[in-house]
Amino acid sequence: MAETNTSHEPVRFETHPDRYVHWKLDFPAEHGGKVARLMMDVKEDRGMRPGYPLKLNSYDLGVDVELADALQRIRFEHPEVRALVITSAKDRIFCSGANIYMLGSSTHGFKVNFCKFTNETRLYLEEMSAESGIPSLASLNGTASGGGYELAIACDDIVLADDGSSAVSFPEAPLLAVLPGTGGLTRLVDKRKIRRDLADAFSTIAEGVRGKRSVEWGLVDEAPPKAKLEEVTKRRIGALVDRSTRKAFPAVKLPALEVKRSGEEPSADKQEIEYQYVTLELSPKQRTARLVVRAPSSKQPETPEELAKAGASAWAIQAFRELDDALLELRFNQPLIGVVSVETAGDAAAVLAVDAMLAKHADDGLVREVTLLMKRVLKRMDLTAKSFFALVTPGSCFAGSLLELALASDRIYMKDTEDEPVTVAASRMNAGSFPMANGLSRLQTRFLKEPERVSRVLEQGALTTPEAVKAGLVTFAPDDIDWDDEIRIAFEERAAMSPDAMTGMEASLRFAGPETMETKIFGRLSAWQNWIFQRPNAVGERGALTLYGKPERPEFNWQRT
Amino acid sequence: MSTVVNDTKIPNNVDLSSDKRLQRALEAWQPNFLSWWNEMGPFGFQKDDIFLRTAISVTSEGWAHFDYVKMPDYRWGIFLADPVADRKIGFGDHYGEPVWKEVPGEHRNALRRIIVTQGDTEPASVEQQRLLGHSCPSVYDLRNLFQVNVEEGRHLWAMVYLLHTYFGRDGREEADALLQRRSGDPDKPRILGAFNEPCTDWLSFFMFTFFTDRDGKFQLLALAESAFDPLSRTTRFMLTEEAHHMFVGETGVLRVVDRTAQQMAEKKWGSVEQVRAAGLIDLPTMQKYLNLWYTLSLDLFGGEISSNAATYFATGMKGRAKEDQFEDHKALEGSYAMEVVKDGKIVREDIAMRNAMNEVLRDAYVEDCQRGVDKWNRTIAAHGIPFELKLPSRRFHRHIGIYAGIHFDPAGNPLTAEQWESKKNEWLPSDADKQYVQSLMQKPVFDPKQMANWIAAPKQGIKGRTVDFEYVRREA
Ligand SMILES: [Fe+2]
Ligand SMILES: [Fe+2]
Repeated sequence: MAETNTSHEPVRFETHPDRYVHWKLDFPAEHGGKVARLMMDVKEDRGMRPGYPLKLNSYDLGVDVELADALQRIRFEHPEVRALVITSAKDRIFCSGANIYMLGSSTHGFKVNFCKFTNETRLYLEEMSAESGIPSLASLNGTASGGGYELAIACDDIVLADDGSSAVSFPEAPLLAVLPGTGGLTRLVDKRKIRRDLADAFSTIAEGVRGKRSVEWGLVDEAPPKAKLEEVTKRRIGALVDRSTRKAFPAVKLPALEVKRSGEEPSADKQEIEYQYVTLELSPKQRTARLVVRAPSSKQPETPEELAKAGASAWAIQAFRELDDALLELRFNQPLIGVVSVETAGDAAAVLAVDAMLAKHADDGLVREVTLLMKRVLKRMDLTAKSFFALVTPGSCFAGSLLELALASDRIYMKDTEDEPVTVAASRMNAGSFPMANGLSRLQTRFLKEPERVSRVLEQGALTTPEAVKAGLVTFAPDDIDWDDEIRIAFEERAAMSPDAMTGMEASLRFAGPETMETKIFGRLSAWQNWIFQRPNAVGERGALTLYGKPERPEFNWQRT
Repeated sequence: MSTVVNDTKIPNNVDLSSDKRLQRALEAWQPNFLSWWNEMGPFGFQKDDIFLRTAISVTSEGWAHFDYVKMPDYRWGIFLADPVADRKIGFGDHYGEPVWKEVPGEHRNALRRIIVTQGDTEPASVEQQRLLGHSCPSVYDLRNLFQVNVEEGRHLWAMVYLLHTYFGRDGREEADALLQRRSGDPDKPRILGAFNEPCTDWLSFFMFTFFTDRDGKFQLLALAESAFDPLSRTTRFMLTEEAHHMFVGETGVLRVVDRTAQQMAEKKWGSVEQVRAAGLIDLPTMQKYLNLWYTLSLDLFGGEISSNAATYFATGMKGRAKEDQFEDHKALEGSYAMEVVKDGKIVREDIAMRNAMNEVLRDAYVEDCQRGVDKWNRTIAAHGIPFELKLPSRRFHRHIGIYAGIHFDPAGNPLTAEQWESKKNEWLPSDADKQYVQSLMQKPVFDPKQMANWIAAPKQGIKGRTVDFEYVRREA
């Protein structure tokens, strides 16, 4: 399949249940509103881009954007929800995974970002269970193949209708000569702890495994006859509700973000995307961008009650939702941008005040959701394939939760000047509220060799440039005379390096420390899947992905590495 | 403004008085430079008054201002040749685009490397020559030695100016490191091989200034073409000074050759022994010194087949000497027929032109050297002596490039290691040769009226002064 090079409409991530095309979100009365139900009903002809019908509940990015939106809204807008059930509105099919023709017609970069985004969404599903007390159940009323089963396996429980034909399957390797791209293989052995030989067998049987055997192998938790599916689902969901640890809080509505865009015409030297607290300024010719996050400028909630009242307009929610949107903009709509300067502006004390509130009321249900939101956005930054250089200058506010932006960056430049104060500061939120994919805080990951530095930074308060250098927080500290030139040259130099090499290098350096299921998923994805996606056996003229749906058989190069 | 870093102490045309960054960098570096000079510069003459040329501006009068000065008080200045209006890149992939006024980030590291490598040679040669004053053949020559030394010091300043102005903190660190490496020190040697060789007698000094400074000339010519305009302008001005260094070398060797040939003719000597018995340097020994310094200098051009050279050319960082004279400024097509060694045999192989850029520069250098050697030979011939100095094959005695590690005779024929061992003393100065040459230079000649026995007097003095002018006033 040839990659299309025509430029597409930019991808937008803003949506609302009222506008969902492919999902239905409801709260069945039978559970008293305590259960959210997501029914997948993909509209074949409503793919995000033309050229591929979304048959058999196969999905593209548009479908997953709605899923991600639904999960976010369940968290904030439906605090009463204590469990989630995912099922299909189509008869005899749950979900057949990512649409193959969509993959085949996408650029490599888009494929990578699509997989990354769907992976993040699956992990959010798991995080809802682990951190927010909203466990989930996949109720498979039909076959779940490929990404369909990967969605199911991201849930806590899986129920599969035993009707003699519905199966769970990973047909990617035998049929398409690629891998399940959404963490499926890792979850088989790491999460469901299925024996490796059985996982091996399962992953090479194109038609998958049905009924009793699927339970025996541990692929699903229960496989009742079709007629009993509803009943079993209900029972199991009841058990999930019972085990939920969710804490009550007043619902917080998530209104659409307001965005001002300018300079989108191709001739423009600069393009600007302006939110309330975030500005993304793009210089396409230089292949660089500025990402600026501003501190709160108005009074912020000091108690959970005030936070609930302020709702989504509270800085902690608004600024990080905006940052999330800006990161996705960079990933999906700005493929040519290579280096991003990460900047902050405003009153560090205002950021630290927000942090103090969040830390003090960490047990509150809403505060917890807000903190988890910030954590997810910061992880999104860790996983964004751009070079991030944080610039700490007079007037910046890399403090507490915003210090994480610097710690998430590949380098930190801090201006060394005596004329104006330049500082960075940690808060209690840097002590583990925002773990990375490796399970450690960014400070812990930074100081693997000298763990004692973590507590030193946490205890020290505001650090001047020389102090921050000494503390190990700064990569380079040019003084005011050198600053402009050093920064210009650093960006030009970085922007001139191979984007592939930089992506691989940064991903290798960002995640020091222990492996987790999450780091494995992204590591395997970028190493194996992206390798296979470039190989002739998949995408060559006679490759399996290329010939999928055509009468010819693929021809493989039989050499193994 | 500071008392050491100001327009009077440091003559310049780079607007030092309003350049805060440069002032600050030099305030830290200048005292280190002076202590380096006092420690590693000419030994034993720092308090003497020397009749020296100082560049105080780039105008035709200003760049050669003569006066007595004590070397530590020499006003090392910073000069760039006048800018060429609307200068365009003259070669490589960016041919025809405007030159760079700033360092492009993409090329920062490579440009810094180029500048550091050039800059490192400047103090290195001062270190190599620091003891020569104590065996000078005349006061005239002593002064020339110091002139070369202070100007190499100024060349160091020129490169340090670029590092300080365009390379930020890294540049300052590299500028400091230029003062920390030491010629011949195994722990912190100078970057290039020839600049770690001892240069402890005056024959070597003349050969060095003829051959090794001439490498400098061609490197500077190639850098004068650079797309990085400040480097181009800096090196163009340095070339005016380099010409004098080569003059010292060319006339120095010439005067030794002249003295020997003249005496051979007058006394009708035919043998080396007769020449040596009279305390002169025989022509075969001259040939050996030539062989040594010529080949050490050939190495400085780098490998014959070089991807670095190709990159430098493609990006516009370093061109060919006198790029104007070439027709194809992109050099993407065409090849260079290179003599390479395959299975012990010399065969011709076509190398992509850009990868052969070091060899192209070396060609121009060899040709330039030959012109000087021809002059020496004319002098020998004028005395009727049947001897000719020859540049050996460029395969002979090489340590860098495709001929390194293989032995060749001066005609370029391959040799076995045993053959080389048994013959090398016929081609390169042996310990005995070196001892002999040094034995002639045991005592300095500090009397302006005197000239050492082994060298002829120069035809004329400096800046209209007589040859026996007191160019160096010893401090009692
Ligand atoms: Fe020089
Ligand atoms: Fe020189």
